[in-house]
Amino acid sequence: MHTFLGIDYNQWWFLVFGAVISGYAILDGFDLGAGALHLFLNKEQSRRIAINAIGPIWDGNEVWLVIGGGALFAGFPVAYAAIFSAFYIPFMVFLIGLIWRGVAIEFRSKEPMLWWRKTWDIVYCVSSTIISLSLGLMLGNVVEGLPLNKDMEFTGDWLYFFNPFAIFVAITTLALFMMHGAIFLTMKTENRLYVKMHLLSNNFTIFFVVSFVITTLYTLLYIPHLSDFFKARPGYFIIPLLMTLCIANIPRQIKKGKYRYAFISSAVTIALLLIMVALEVFPYLLYSPQQPNHSITVYNGASSQQTVKILLIIALIGTPLVATYTTFVFWTFKGKVKLDEMSY
Amino acid sequence: MDVEILARIQFAFTIAFHYIYPPLSIGLGLVLVIMEGLYLKTGNKIYEQAVRFWIRIFALIFGIGVATGIIMEFEFGTNWATYSKYVGDIFGSALAAEGIFAFALESGFLGVLIFGWKRVSPRVHFFATIMVFFGSLFSAVWIVVANSWQQTPAGYHIVGEGLNARAEITDFWAMVFNPSSVDRLLHVWIAAILAGAFLVLSVNAWYILHKKHLEIARPSFKIALAVATVFSLLQLFTGHRSADGVSKYQPAKLAAMEGHYDSSSRADMYLFGYVDNRNGRTTGLKIPGGLSFLVHGDFNAPIRGLRSFKPDERPSQVNSVFQFYHLMVAIGTAMIALTLFGTWLWWKGKLFDKRWLMWIFAFSVLLPQIGNQAGWFTAEMGRQPWIVYGLLKTSDGLSKIVTANQIIFSLILFTLVYIVLFALFLFLMNRKIQHGPVDYGKHEEDKDEHSESTRARWAQ
Repeated sequence: MHTFLGIDYNQWWFLVFGAVISGYAILDGFDLGAGALHLFLNKEQSRRIAINAIGPIWDGNEVWLVIGGGALFAGFPVAYAAIFSAFYIPFMVFLIGLIWRGVAIEFRSKEPMLWWRKTWDIVYCVSSTIISLSLGLMLGNVVEGLPLNKDMEFTGDWLYFFNPFAIFVAITTLALFMMHGAIFLTMKTENRLYVKMHLLSNNFTIFFVVSFVITTLYTLLYIPHLSDFFKARPGYFIIPLLMTLCIANIPRQIKKGKYRYAFISSAVTIALLLIMVALEVFPYLLYSPQQPNHSITVYNGASSQQTVKILLIIALIGTPLVATYTTFVFWTFKGKVKLDEMSY
Repeated sequence: MDVEILARIQFAFTIAFHYIYPPLSIGLGLVLVIMEGLYLKTGNKIYEQAVRFWIRIFALIFGIGVATGIIMEFEFGTNWATYSKYVGDIFGSALAAEGIFAFALESGFLGVLIFGWKRVSPRVHFFATIMVFFGSLFSAVWIVVANSWQQTPAGYHIVGEGLNARAEITDFWAMVFNPSSVDRLLHVWIAAILAGAFLVLSVNAWYILHKKHLEIARPSFKIALAVATVFSLLQLFTGHRSADGVSKYQPAKLAAMEGHYDSSSRADMYLFGYVDNRNGRTTGLKIPGGLSFLVHGDFNAPIRGLRSFKPDERPSQVNSVFQFYHLMVAIGTAMIALTLFGTWLWWKGKLFDKRWLMWIFAFSVLLPQIGNQAGWFTAEMGRQPWIVYGLLKTSDGLSKIVTANQIIFSLILFTLVYIVLFALFLFLMNRKIQHGPVDYGKHEEDKDEHSESTRARWAQ
C-alpha cells in the first residue's frame, strides 16, 4: 500500500471525494435552497431577480456533482456500481429533478406570458425541493448502511429507503439548503426584496435548527452506534462543538445584517456536517449492518494503486485550475444582482 | 422483454438524444470564436450582433446538453454495474479528467459569456468565448478516449476471474492513445464542427430566402460556409483512417459494415444495398473489390468475412450496421458536394443568386445530425456482442439486481421527459430564429433595469 505524508492513497482519494461532495453541497446547496423557496416570493420582478442571482453560476456549481460522480467511479468503482444500482429509483427521480431544475431556469425567461413563467416557477421550485429531499434520503441511507450480499449488491427493495432516519435527514437537508439559499439571496438583493429575504432567512434558520435537533435526538436515541467514533475519541468532540457554534453564529450574523458572515457560517456548517458523516462512516463507503463483512470499504471498493495515483495527479493539476476560474467567475458577478437585456 | 435489451434501448435512447446537443455546442463554439475575433479585429457591429444572437442559441443548446449529459454519467452505475466494476479502473480516470478539465472550464466561463457583456472588457469576453470553445473540445476528448478503449483496449491487464474479473491500468498513456482514439477523436470533432456550421448555414439561408437581416445573414453565411467546406473535406481523411483502424482491430465490424461473409473472396464496396443475414447474402449496387482496394490497395485481396467468426462473437444486426454505415458515408459525400458547390458560386460572386440552393441549405442542418447518429450507431452496433471488444460481452455487463420493471419505469419517465424537452427546444429555437439577430447590444447605455421600457423590451 503506497502512502504519501503517512496517509495511504485510498484515504487521500476518500478525502478528495469528500471535498468534492462538500463543494457540491455548499455551492449547489444555495442554488437548490433558492429554488426550493422560490414560490415564497410573490412578485414577478422578485422571482426574476432571485433566478438571476444564481443565473451565471448554477451551471458551474452543478459541475461539482459531475466531478463527484467521476471521482467515485474512478477511485471506488465497486462502490459506484453498488450504490447507483441500489439507489435505482430514488436516483432516477433525483436525475429527472436535475433535468427540470436546469431547463426551468433556462426556459423561464424565454417567453413573456404569465402562465409560461408561473409554470416554470412551479417546476423550478418543485424540482429543487425534490432534488434536495432525494439527496438527503440517499445520504441518510448511506449513513445507516444497506443490506448487501456477498457480491456487495443491495438485497432490499425500493421501499427500504423510506425509513424514519433517512426521512429526517432528507428534511434536514432541505431545511439546511433553504437557509443557505435564503442567506445567499439576501446577500444578492436590495430594497424591499432584501427585507423579505431577511425575514425568510430567519424563518428558514429556525426550520433548520428544529429539524436538525430532531434528527440528532432520533440518532442518539435509536441509532446510538452512529456516535461510536466520537465516544471512542473524545478529542474529536471539537468538531460537533465547532458546528454548534457555527450554527449559533448564523442567526447572530443575520440579526446584525452581516450576510456574508452568515453565509460563510452556513457553508462551514455544511462542511462540518459532512466531515462528521465521513468520520463516522470511514473506512466504509457503504456499510452492511446485517453482514459487516459484506461492506464496501475504501480498500475493497477501490481501483488499483496505479489508477488511484493517476487520479491524485489529475486532482493535483486540476484543482488549482478549477479554483482559479471559479474564483474569477464569482468575482465577475460579485455584488447585488443587476438585470440587463441578457439576463434570464 | 429481458433486462439486456431494455437496458440497451434505454442507453441508446438517452445517449442519442444527448448527442444532438454537445456537437452543436462544439461547432457553434468555433463559429463564435471566429465571429467575435472578427468583431475585435474590425470593430464592425454586425459581428457583435451576430455573436450575441448565437450566444443565446448556444446557451439554450448547452443547457439541454448538460441536463441530459448528467444522466449519462450515472447510467453506467445504475444499469451497467458489472461493466462499471470491470472498466472502472480505466474508464473512471478518463471520466474524472473530463469533469475537472472540460466541464468546469466550459460551465464556469459560460456565465461570463452570457451575462458578462457589461462586467468584463471585450478582450476578456473574447477570452471567455475561447475558453468555452476549448472546454467543449476537451469534453469530447475523454469520453471518446474511454469509448475507444472499449473498441480497442490497450495499456491494461485483467485481474481476478469470473464475476470479479476486472481490467486494471498498466500504462496510462497507452490507454489514452489506444490504437483507435486519435482517429476517432478527430472524426468526432470534425463531425461536431460540421453540426454547428450547418446550423448557422441553415438559419442564415432561411433569413436570406425571406430577405430578413441580410446585412448580418450574408457575412455569417459566408463564415459558416468556409468552415463547413474545409471540415467536410477533412472529414474524408479522418473517415478513411477510422475505417482503416476498424479493418485492423475490429475485422468483424468491418465485415458487417459492408455485409461481407466469405473470407476467401475479395470484398465489394456497396453504394447502397440490403443484407440478408440469415442466408449471408448482400445485394445492391457495388464496386466489385472496392473494400479490398481500400484496405489493401488491391481489388482482388481477400478480406476476412463474417462466417469465420463464431456466431456469438459477431454482430447479429448486420443489416442495421450496413445501413447506418452507408447512410453516414452518403451524408458525408453530400456535405462535400454541397459545400464545394457553394464555395464555387461564392468564388464566382453568385452565392446568393440561386434560391433553390438556399432552400437546400435551409434544410441542411439535418445532414450532420443524421450523419452523427448514424456514425455512432455503426460504431456501437458494430462492436456487439462485445461491450469491451474481445473482453466482456454486453449481456455480462448489466446490473444484476436491477429488474426489467425498474428499467421500464425509468425508460417511460425518460421518454416522456425527453419528448417534452425536445418539443420545448424546437419551440424556443423557432422563436429565437424568428426574432432574429436584432435588438441585442443596441441598448448598452440603458442602465435602468426597472424601467417599464426595459421590461417591455426584455419581454420580447
